[in-house]
Amino acid sequence: MQAFITRETLPSLPPPSTLKGPIAWMRQNLFSSVGNSIVTVVLVLGILAALIPFINWAFIKADWIGTSRDDCTSGGACWVFVYVHLKLFMVGLYPESEVWRTILVGAILVVTMAGLMIKGVPFKKYIQIFALIAFPIIAFILLSGGAFGLPHVETNFWGGLLLTLVIAIVGIVAAFPLGILLALGRRSSMPIVKAICVVFIEVWRGVPLITVLFMSSVMLPLFLPEGMEIDKLLRALVGITLFQSAYLAEVVRSGLQAIPKGQYEAANALGLTYWQGMYKVILPQALKIVIPGIVNSFISLFKDTSLVLIIGLFDLLATIQGAFASPKWLGYAIEGYLFAALVYWVFCFGMSRYSQRVERSLKTTH
Amino acid sequence: MADPNLSATPPQAISTLPSKPPFWNDPQKRALVFQILLVIGIGLLLWFIFSNTLHNLDKRGIKTGFDFLDRPAGFGITQSLIPYTEASTFGRTFLVGLLNTLLVAGLGIIFATLLGFAVGVARLSKNWLISRVALVFIETIRNIPPLLQILFWYRAILPLLPGPKDSISLAELFYLHKRGFTLPSPLFEPAFIWTFWAVIAALVLAFIMSRWAKARREKTGQQFPVVWTAVGIILVLPLITFFLTGSPLNWDIPALSGFNFRGGLTVIPELTALLLALSIYTAAFIAEIVRSGIESVSKGQSEAAASLGLRPNRTLQLVIIPQAMRVIIPQLTSQYLNLTKNTSLGVAIGYPDLVNVFAGTTLNQTGQAVEIIFMTMLVYLVISLVISLFMNWYNKRMALVER
Amino acid sequence: METATQTKPEIAVSLRDVNKWYGEFHVLKNVNLDVERGQRIVICGPSGSGKSTMIRCINRLEEHQAGQIIVDGIELNNDLKNIDQIRREVGMVFQHFNLFPHLTVLENCCLAPMWVRKIPRKEAEATAMEYLERVKIPHQAKKFPGQLSGGQQQRVAIARSLCMKPRIMLFDEPTSALDPEMIKEVLDTMIELAESGMTMLCVTHEMGFAKTVADSVIFMDAGQIIEMNTPDEFFNHPQHERSKLFLSQILGH
Repeated sequence: MQAFITRETLPSLPPPSTLKGPIAWMRQNLFSSVGNSIVTVVLVLGILAALIPFINWAFIKADWIGTSRDDCTSGGACWVFVYVHLKLFMVGLYPESEVWRTILVGAILVVTMAGLMIKGVPFKKYIQIFALIAFPIIAFILLSGGAFGLPHVETNFWGGLLLTLVIAIVGIVAAFPLGILLALGRRSSMPIVKAICVVFIEVWRGVPLITVLFMSSVMLPLFLPEGMEIDKLLRALVGITLFQSAYLAEVVRSGLQAIPKGQYEAANALGLTYWQGMYKVILPQALKIVIPGIVNSFISLFKDTSLVLIIGLFDLLATIQGAFASPKWLGYAIEGYLFAALVYWVFCFGMSRYSQRVERSLKTTH
Repeated sequence: MADPNLSATPPQAISTLPSKPPFWNDPQKRALVFQILLVIGIGLLLWFIFSNTLHNLDKRGIKTGFDFLDRPAGFGITQSLIPYTEASTFGRTFLVGLLNTLLVAGLGIIFATLLGFAVGVARLSKNWLISRVALVFIETIRNIPPLLQILFWYRAILPLLPGPKDSISLAELFYLHKRGFTLPSPLFEPAFIWTFWAVIAALVLAFIMSRWAKARREKTGQQFPVVWTAVGIILVLPLITFFLTGSPLNWDIPALSGFNFRGGLTVIPELTALLLALSIYTAAFIAEIVRSGIESVSKGQSEAAASLGLRPNRTLQLVIIPQAMRVIIPQLTSQYLNLTKNTSLGVAIGYPDLVNVFAGTTLNQTGQAVEIIFMTMLVYLVISLVISLFMNWYNKRMALVER
Repeated sequence: METATQTKPEIAVSLRDVNKWYGEFHVLKNVNLDVERGQRIVICGPSGSGKSTMIRCINRLEEHQAGQIIVDGIELNNDLKNIDQIRREVGMVFQHFNLFPHLTVLENCCLAPMWVRKIPRKEAEATAMEYLERVKIPHQAKKFPGQLSGGQQQRVAIARSLCMKPRIMLFDEPTSALDPEMIKEVLDTMIELAESGMTMLCVTHEMGFAKTVADSVIFMDAGQIIEMNTPDEFFNHPQHERSKLFLSQILGH
């Protein structure tokens, strides 16, 4: 064996130019072989061929502002359609003079959510309590009215994005306590409790949401004593809440399973009762772990709210469809759907990014 | 908590048991009482619902029971895999709807799997551009509600197609137009049965060949191009049979007559839109599953295989895929289940699936809400149950043996 | 072939001016090393000094970007055939064992001989059992890796490499993921292997092992070899400041 020892410390040299810089990067990531180069070129051409006409149509040749379809003259996308109906798409038929109430609710929601999601904001606990208990009450009073001198606005007039958000948020918030109870029940040592919870959860998870909505809109009135009428929106909400609680239960259960057995034993050893131990020790940890799961199930729920159009509620998608079905605006389906897609996408993508961030930070702190 | 009987002396008799607490402090008895109360509570709730329902149905003059299934339906269905006319019974309607649901689900699963695996593999590509395009596809598609995608295809894109008269045609055989996708339909002559048998025989032969190749490899170490040979057998044998028996297959070529096509097979636009939307939507999820499944196999595994001299494709076949599949299959199955449930969204565009023709039209015509919703939900529940049973079986079989 | 080279010691591994970068980071700086057939080298140094990277370059798990690596007379370059040939001759044992969890111990050992060397199953299994016996776990052959202890897994990993009948063995910190009571069983296996005349390059901090079997110890720091000596000399009279510091740190445990 031969020695090749360098006693003095060699300087760290920068990598040769063949290994760095944009050209090296392209060689490694785009043109690493003949096959890869061909694929890259074909893809670039394909993307350009698809993107250029689209950008041309959607932005360059598009009409943005106007009052009727006659303002769409340049042959591109007619965003005037969206511009004119923006109020309808956002809040539906909510009375013009009362729209400020929906904006106020939206503002409170945004501030609360920001307070919850942004790190370093103080009083997180109080914001949580506000978000889960006070906010729904305030929002309901503001939206529905009939108190504090606010005129009553029937739910028939709620629509558009407002209705979509109301359904999604009520669905998740109302399903939350039920979901926790079901999760605890499914892990209970009491056989009957466990069996009931398993059956409940699996039945809702086994059927499509649309059959649940059919059930709540058709069968719920049959279940109630004669003469008791319930609101169409409320019927849908009952169905969605039950449906969602089963999914949340499974999410929470996964969190409960992730808590080490030692934590349960420690809670017992300290002399805490079952409910004290759950409330003070287990659930706070479990719920923290399942935040990403809860956000993901909220994303699914948010997408699923679009199904209410099938039972005749006017959510975002339904108002848009209604708008381009009117004879005045016939033929602008693509613009309408693209706008709807954009709104849903922004919400869902934003939330999924947030859930990924939480997931990462949970991984590093554990 | 402390046991008053605790002492250093050994117990006198083995039958000594801890003293019994009063029953209201005994956790077992508490649990029993709680569960009895729960059962009574749920029983009361069910009874309340049941009696209200009976009363309400009675008032509306709706007779309960499943007799309606034998009554004639009196409405037509745009797509049916089994003979169906307006004179058929509601029971038949149920069956037609169920088959239509299963048709979309089955085709959707095939397309979504193919597309999803392709996109998932593209996502893992070393080519930055391919991987980015796959990422954009996944992130765009899965954040848009499937119902919106179905409606988009059905109401925004398909209407852009020309009418049947000016169809986009491919080789005068396939026609794409507003009212669907028309393609030649096969007309089998009796002798075609031989080709059918040849396919079966080829499959059996290919199977035997692969077993033989494996045995030979284990015995002598020599490898055999199993895949190519199998492809060869499966293609060549039926083809030879087909021509030897005198090409016993004709095509019913569609032809335009007036404003519509005669002959051939037309796939209704509802099916096309539903299938496109659901396949693409589910594929985005499958792609993510495939990516995370393959990435879940640690880098050390492929390094170990490489250090043993295994080539990358063998590493994939022998080390990566068997391990990734354990992660992929359970999630894949649950996506298949989601797709099956999502076929019910077809109701929004009038695809005649179970929810549409049964929980929709039939319910409106008969008013038997309870029975119909019950039957519809039961169908989906049975599908879910069968698939979860399969899953449990698979997970048990595939679970890695650990200490 | 061996008789022909008896006058001049045969070189098993030779590194000439090898350089490597991770992005902007210069991991290997002008590394030069010749290992003769049958020699046992222990490589140590602080973490991040490039010692693992160096031996991973020898079987091309990492690509070097400048310089020349010749293994068993074959130069490592982008030629797939060369890489295949070298990997057959060079076995490697990893810190985290990297056994295939979906295969039994026996199947782990037979996989590469059957698919790469194209040896019949019966023969491969017989060889595998032979090596499993040498590492003293023949009775675990039908078990899955997950059922074994860390020490047993690492011994299986050694047996798995040996089943390919390699001429050179690389060890990348083989004992650093093990519980203390299992380190000895793995080291014993390695010592036995060393005594059989295998060419070995081991990245390890196990001084006892180095003293027992190593021909020389290489000390690496900041991507270069800064000291090389016999184990006795290296551990008792380290020359370089940084070797001294490093030794005082690992002895300080």
